[in-house]
Amino acid sequence: MQNFILLLSYLIGSISFIVGLKMLSHPDTARKGNLYAAVGMSIAIFATIFLYTNEAGQHLGNYPWIFAALIIGTIIGTMMAKKVQMTAMPQMVSLFNGMGGACAAIISIVEFKHLMHTEELKESSSSITQILNDIVHLVHPPANPKLILLTILLGLVIGTVSFFGSMIAFGKLNGNINDKTLPAQQVINIGLLLIIVGLLVAMVSGFTGIDTTVLFWSLFGVSALYGILFVMPIGGADMPVVISLLNSFTGVAAACGGFLYSNPVMLTGGILVGSAGTILTILMCKAMNRSLTNVIVGAFGGNKTGGASEEVGGAYKEISMSDTAVLMAYSKRVVIVPGYGLAVAQAQHTCHELEKVLEEKGVEVTYAIHPVAGRMPGHMNVLLAEADVPYEKLKEMEEVNPEFAQTDVVLILGANDVVNPAAKNDPASPIYGMPILEVEDATHVIVNKRSMKPGYAGIENALFYQPKTSMLFGDAKKVLQALVSEMKNM
Amino acid sequence: MEQVFDFFANNYNMITIVILSIFLGIEVISRVPSVLHTPLMSGANAIHGVVIIGAIIVMGQADTDNYLALILGFLAVILGTLNVVGGFVVTDRMLEMFSKKKKK
Repeated sequence: MQNFILLLSYLIGSISFIVGLKMLSHPDTARKGNLYAAVGMSIAIFATIFLYTNEAGQHLGNYPWIFAALIIGTIIGTMMAKKVQMTAMPQMVSLFNGMGGACAAIISIVEFKHLMHTEELKESSSSITQILNDIVHLVHPPANPKLILLTILLGLVIGTVSFFGSMIAFGKLNGNINDKTLPAQQVINIGLLLIIVGLLVAMVSGFTGIDTTVLFWSLFGVSALYGILFVMPIGGADMPVVISLLNSFTGVAAACGGFLYSNPVMLTGGILVGSAGTILTILMCKAMNRSLTNVIVGAFGGNKTGGASEEVGGAYKEISMSDTAVLMAYSKRVVIVPGYGLAVAQAQHTCHELEKVLEEKGVEVTYAIHPVAGRMPGHMNVLLAEADVPYEKLKEMEEVNPEFAQTDVVLILGANDVVNPAAKNDPASPIYGMPILEVEDATHVIVNKRSMKPGYAGIENALFYQPKTSMLFGDAKKVLQALVSEMKNM
Repeated sequence: MEQVFDFFANNYNMITIVILSIFLGIEVISRVPSVLHTPLMSGANAIHGVVIIGAIIVMGQADTDNYLALILGFLAVILGTLNVVGGFVVTDRMLEMFSKKKKK
């Protein structure tokens, strides 16, 4: 009966994950979907604590430890999640993802020790226990120890890579770690992957005769190194792809645990996230015109030198604050293109203020959101939603592109590559083929940037040198504040 | 070859679950508007925190004198809880901002 309730709870858990993910795909139901998944998770967790029995029919012990850990985790987790700034969201997701990866890796370490221990017992066991073992095996089909070992090792490798990778991603997004590329980075990464595969084969087949424990810790070390080197050379704006990929890695690591414990809810939850995360990664890659192979080999982001192929030079013109204010206040339609610079400057509230001032003056204001603007897909939407910008004002790329021709002023706030016309006209450009916002169709383009430095793809932007483009240098937040006060005085 | 057949026969249910889940994941995700990608990523992140169940099993089965297993298990449960709780709370915070807008 207890086992029945446990399995039923797992079924409810699995269903709640599926329904939750499904509901997360609609703005109206998303919040409820998240809640459903959370409830399903709680049911599965508490059912495990109270109802789980091992093969010998024993319940779990160590309740004080388990509950202490649960309470500590809940308090820290809630505090971190409540305190984090909306702009620091990607770091947070990366951090939590790393925690999951570490959890999977630790499970593998403990289970490996456990497995080694039982194998030793078996070798020294007397004939009576041998017979008992055989009887048990008649009831349960014998679990192949090699298969168990492989599952444990896979959980270890994936969990470790995910943890170390996520920590590096967190450090980079937080600004603690800079981009570093080793010479022959690609060769080293592929070499490490081969070593990992080699160690896996050596351990599972056992033909090398080297002590398994030594191999196990080597595998752990190499995986950790791979996780670090895999993320290390990748530039800040490429991070969303990496986090999404690591997210699906952790999903697979959780699924390994599901295999290990024959636990259906871990299996469905893990695989679901694994496949969903992979699709999300591919969608992001497509929007940024990267291939997934490049991501896995760790080749991208490091090729900054390759971008300088085309020299775009010439004079650009600057525009003063008051001119910008006048130009915008007397237009009919203004489209704001927010980008990475807006997120860095935390200027979303000021941006909304500007929008309200403009609306009071009878200007129609909308936002053009490129799918990969900011640091994560949808990042801009979250930021602007935080600043109370109405949902209907946020327009997606396909929707807004035809409208630029009827737009008087486009204000670009710290976006660069997503408005670079080279993606459309220059087949030699590294970003050629990436869908962009066609802002050059508008009458005036005002670009707010901190300097003329190229964006993260490392290429010049011809848009900045076009006659209709004016540059407005400065920190996005300060510039917007100045614009708002200029307009209020008009 | 024999081993492969055995593996397949013994784990038939698991294999079915894995394959169906893969398709389900793809199917569910590909319909998500890009507006919701960040909350979705965060929500999925919370869901793979289900690995905590493994940590609880490890913790609950550890012998009371096996301090290494106890400490590692304890750590694993804390980390897993961080993943689950943090993930869901962060996602909720993001989505809260969307729904607030709807009412106005």
